[in-house]
Amino acid sequence: MPVIEVTNLHKRYGDVVAVDDVSFTVEAGEIFGILGPNGAGKTTTVECVAGLRSPDRGRVSVLGLDPRRDATQLRERVGVQLQESQLPDQLRVGEALELYASFYRDPADPGELIDKLGLGEKRKTPYKKLSGGQKQRLSIALALVGNPEIAILDELTTGLDPQARRDTWALIEQVRDSGVTIVLVTHFMEEAERLCDRLAVIDRGRVVALDSPAGLVSSVAPEQRIRFRPSAPVDDRLFTDLPEVTSVQRTGGQVVVTGTGDVLHAVTSVLARNQIIAADLRLEQSTLDDAFVELTGHRPAE
Amino acid sequence: MHAFGQILKIETRLYLRDFAAPLLTVALPLALLAVFGLIPATREPDPQFGGRSFLEYFAPSLLVITLAMSAVNILPTVLATYRERGVLRRLATTPASPAALLAAQLVIALGTILVSAVLLIAVGRLAFGVPLPRHPLGFALALVLGTAALLALGLLVAAVARTTKAAQGMAVPVFMVAMFFGGVYVPRFLLPDFLVRIGDYTPPGVQALLDAWTADAPQPLHLAIMAVIAVLAGAAAAKLFRWE
Repeated sequence: MPVIEVTNLHKRYGDVVAVDDVSFTVEAGEIFGILGPNGAGKTTTVECVAGLRSPDRGRVSVLGLDPRRDATQLRERVGVQLQESQLPDQLRVGEALELYASFYRDPADPGELIDKLGLGEKRKTPYKKLSGGQKQRLSIALALVGNPEIAILDELTTGLDPQARRDTWALIEQVRDSGVTIVLVTHFMEEAERLCDRLAVIDRGRVVALDSPAGLVSSVAPEQRIRFRPSAPVDDRLFTDLPEVTSVQRTGGQVVVTGTGDVLHAVTSVLARNQIIAADLRLEQSTLDDAFVELTGHRPAE
Repeated sequence: MHAFGQILKIETRLYLRDFAAPLLTVALPLALLAVFGLIPATREPDPQFGGRSFLEYFAPSLLVITLAMSAVNILPTVLATYRERGVLRRLATTPASPAALLAAQLVIALGTILVSAVLLIAVGRLAFGVPLPRHPLGFALALVLGTAALLALGLLVAAVARTTKAAQGMAVPVFMVAMFFGGVYVPRFLLPDFLVRIGDYTPPGVQALLDAWTADAPQPLHLAIMAVIAVLAGAAAAKLFRWE
C-alpha cells in the first residue's frame, strides 16, 4: 500500500526549474531513497512532500492527504529532519526533546527516545557542546518524537565521520523495524546501497531510474570482472568461446575476464575442466557508483 | 496554545541562561542609576532641569537603554539567528507554528521592558528620591507606544536581514540612533536644540517619557508619531518577514 504518491511534480523558483517532472510512490514500511547529485532537485521534492512548498504542477499525496491543504493533520503524522537545521546553542538535549514532544497529541516518551538514540549521557548537555554525530541523532530524535508514521530524513549523514555514519545507519534500520516508513535523501552511494529497499535516482529534476539498489546495478551496469593468476598458461580462446564472456585482457601475469550473467560459474568450470587453478581469484561487480555514473553521466559528489 | 506556553517557557530559560541579555537590558540601566544616584549633586534640584534633579531628568534615558537593547538589538538578532539556523523551518514541520516562537520573543522583550521600568521607578523612588511618574496614564501610554515603535523597527530589521550578520549590521545603526537621541550617550541638555527636537520624535520618544514622569501629560503629537512609526514599520515587517 503506497503511503506517498508523487505524480508529475514540477516546481520552479523564478526561471530556475528545481524539479522538472518527478513521479514515485513509497510503500508502507520501506526505506525509500532519493539519490542524486547536488542541485538535482532532491530537497525541493521532499519539501513538497513535507508540505513546506507548494508544487507548481503535479500531485502529491501523503497518507491519502494533501500536504498543503491537510498540513495540520500531516504534521502530527510525518516527522521531518531537514538538511542543516540546527537548534539554539544553549538548548539542552532533554529540553529540546521535551519541548518538541509537547507539540504532539500522542508523542513518544522523550526519556526513552533519548536512551534509544544513545544520548542518555547527554541529557543535560547544551546543543553547542554536542559532536556532529550527536547533533544528528538529536535531530533524528526530534523527527521521531511525534511517533510519526513517516519520517523524512534529508542528508542524514553529511559531515559525519565514518563511525558516526555507520551508527546512524544502524539507528535508521532500527526505526524502520519499528514500523516507520522512511524517506531518505542522500548523495552517498554507500548509504543508499546499504539502507534503501528501493530508490529513485533524480538528475536535473527528473527521475532517471527507480529500482532496488541491486536492480539498478544489474540493469544499468551488468558487467562483472574476474581477475586471477592461472597456474598454467591458458589460451584466451578458452574464455572467448564462452557465451557469457565479452572480453579478455591480460595485465602482467593476471587474466581479466569481463562478462555478464553467470560468467563466474562459466569461467571456473572451464578452468576446472582444464585442470588450471586460478590463484588470487577476485570478482569485481559494478557498484551503485558505476550505475549512478551510467545514469547521470557524472560522478557522485565526494 | 499549549505549544506556545512551552516555547515561551524554554525561550525565557534560554534568555536568562544567555546572561548577557538580562545584564545589558535590566542590570546595566539599574547600575547606571545607582552610580549616578550615589553622587549627591545628581539628586539636588537644579534650575537647569526646571527645578528637577539631574537623576529625574536622566532616568527616562536609562529606560531607553532597555528599550533599545531589547527591541532593536536583541530581538532582530535572535530572530535572524533562528531563521538562519533553520530553527523556524524545523518548527514549521511540527504541529507548532514558527509564529509561536516569534510571539514568545515579543513577550520576552515586553517582559524585560516592564521589569526594567518597574525596577528603575522603584529603585529611583526608594533609594534616590526620584518621584513616581506624575502622570501614570501618560507614562504608560508613552512607554507602550515607544516600545511598540521600537519593536516594530526591530521586527523590520529581522524581516529585511537575510543573515544574522546582516541583522546585526542593520540593527547597530538603528540602535545607536535610538540611544543617541534618547540622551543615553550625551545627556540631552548638552545637545543643540535642534537635535533635542529630533529626539522628541525619535523612537522610543524620550521627551514623552520625561514629561509624563516628571511633569504632566505627554504631548499628543509625540505619542501620535510613535503610533504612526509602530504601524508603518510593523506593517512593512509583516509584509517582508520570511520564515526561511
